[in-house]
Amino acid sequence: MSIFTALVKRNVTLFFKDKGTFFTSLITPFILLVLYATFLGDIYRDTFVMNLPQGISLPDTLLDGLVGGQLMSSILSVSCVTVAFGANFLMVQDKVRGSSKDLRISPVPSSTLSLAYYAATLLSTLLICLVAVGACLVYVYVVGWYLPAVDVGWLLLDVVLLTFFGTALSSLVNRFLSTQGQISAVGSIVSSCYGFICGAYMPIASFGEGLQTAVSFLPGTYGTALLRTHSLRGPMAEMQRLGVPDTVIQELKDALDCRIYFNGQAVEIPAMYLILGGAVAVLVAVFLLISLTQKKAQK
Amino acid sequence: MTNIIEIKQLNKRFGPVHAVRDLSFQVKEGELFAFLGVNGAGKSTTINILCGQLAKDSGQVLIGGADLDDRPDSIKRELGVVFQQSVLDAPLSVRDNLQSRAALYGITGAAFQQRLDELAELLCFRELLRRPVGKLSGGQRRRIDIARALLHHPRILILDEPTTGLDPQTRKLLWNVIDRLRREESMTVFLTTHYMEEAAEADYVVILDSGSICAEGTPLELKNAHTGDFVTLYGVTEQEVQALGVAYTSLRDAYRLSLQNTAEATALIVRHPEIFRDYEITKGKMDDVFLQVTGKKLEGGEGK
Repeated sequence: MSIFTALVKRNVTLFFKDKGTFFTSLITPFILLVLYATFLGDIYRDTFVMNLPQGISLPDTLLDGLVGGQLMSSILSVSCVTVAFGANFLMVQDKVRGSSKDLRISPVPSSTLSLAYYAATLLSTLLICLVAVGACLVYVYVVGWYLPAVDVGWLLLDVVLLTFFGTALSSLVNRFLSTQGQISAVGSIVSSCYGFICGAYMPIASFGEGLQTAVSFLPGTYGTALLRTHSLRGPMAEMQRLGVPDTVIQELKDALDCRIYFNGQAVEIPAMYLILGGAVAVLVAVFLLISLTQKKAQK
Repeated sequence: MTNIIEIKQLNKRFGPVHAVRDLSFQVKEGELFAFLGVNGAGKSTTINILCGQLAKDSGQVLIGGADLDDRPDSIKRELGVVFQQSVLDAPLSVRDNLQSRAALYGITGAAFQQRLDELAELLCFRELLRRPVGKLSGGQRRRIDIARALLHHPRILILDEPTTGLDPQTRKLLWNVIDRLRREESMTVFLTTHYMEEAAEADYVVILDSGSICAEGTPLELKNAHTGDFVTLYGVTEQEVQALGVAYTSLRDAYRLSLQNTAEATALIVRHPEIFRDYEITKGKMDDVFLQVTGKKLEGGEGK
């Protein structure tokens, strides 16, 4: 077993042994699913129906499938980041408990220690988020399944990529934390704010122009947009087949953030992948750079 | 004996606080070196610098002849550290903890199993291997902390108040292990402690106050230099003691005379053989040395 593997194993085991953190992370997506379905599902559904052109009516399963896809994309876009923050708090807890001191007295380079935290968080978060994907797909299947297999594949890729992003973002933020109080503060801020700024709780299209411009600079926005696109493409194709005019479909895509505009230009899907992938690369590079150059801990 | 640790004019500041000032001392290979000082004296700062955990402002740290600035990684392999507080992972079992830490030094597979067996034998914790560290008693956890520090056969064992709060039996076990390691593996032990009886067993003692050395030497040298001798005199009256003309304190069944040194005590005994029929001479204790040179008492141990 290499040093890196041993560290990753240790970090993952600690995450899963901490029942509080693990179960909180695991049930968060499920709680979100129940809350969304209970409180927002009907609102979304009514909005769709109201905005349909006169004379067009859609089957209930299609409407429910559309709403289900929106809920699924929202839940997954939030979970990939918030679960990563929760899992990555181990890095801070190690500082609080003094374990990081014990790791740093060994001749292991700090970059290896940092990468091991990254890899362990990635694994733990992926596991939980893939379980959440499974639960969401079951939910969508029950309410109205219009997802082609290829979009399920894209959805999985989006979740993996967004998990890479969430892990990288949390690694960078958590690098500067050193107390239990800071963990609580950051945990609360991320879980309450991230859903809004990434467009999961409310579509970015419903924000004011200034706010829309601001969030278009955030990579997480494109993660949500990718998930939205792949969750809703199937139901929208079905709507088109049933005679909903293309202009309505395009308006719906804009309204639900399947299409994001940067500086007035619609951002294409390959560009979204590029932005998200680039953000991961930059964040990981900065994280490693900080690990390598950060001054030795002050007493 | 060669110097295994050499600290030269070490300085460290935290804002306005000068935690370590021009500190210079040497530790010889294989010796038990005691580092004494009240909280805030600069002991932990020095240890943290020694372990590469803290950057120094100036000065030089040589370990095994190598400069800490030039070869930090190879120096880290020479050090085993037992921190004041246990820093192992409470939810993990003893075995998992030691396995993850051994891997940091490249000790895996059969090599790890062999080392684990040796340490479990040495520190008597085989029955604890499957138990989570968080469920162990203080003494049991301390044994595992020491095992972790010894995993990679370090040449220098740094013990930062290792026996604070431990029961006498565990303290005895730990000191037996340390004695054995010094005897069989010529391990150098760098100790900070609040227990003066432990410091009294050291080969060399450095007393630190406000970041600088206020006294150093072997326990005997320190006692001779900073405390007098005491003669406890039995079976005499207070008038007879007063007639000797030296400072004394009354005990329940004896009188304790304070003298500058053994020569003065001997001269007094020779001059008054009729009074010194039943007596004992003792040197001052390390507590007295510490009090004399720092004007402070150590919290814990005898100094409390």
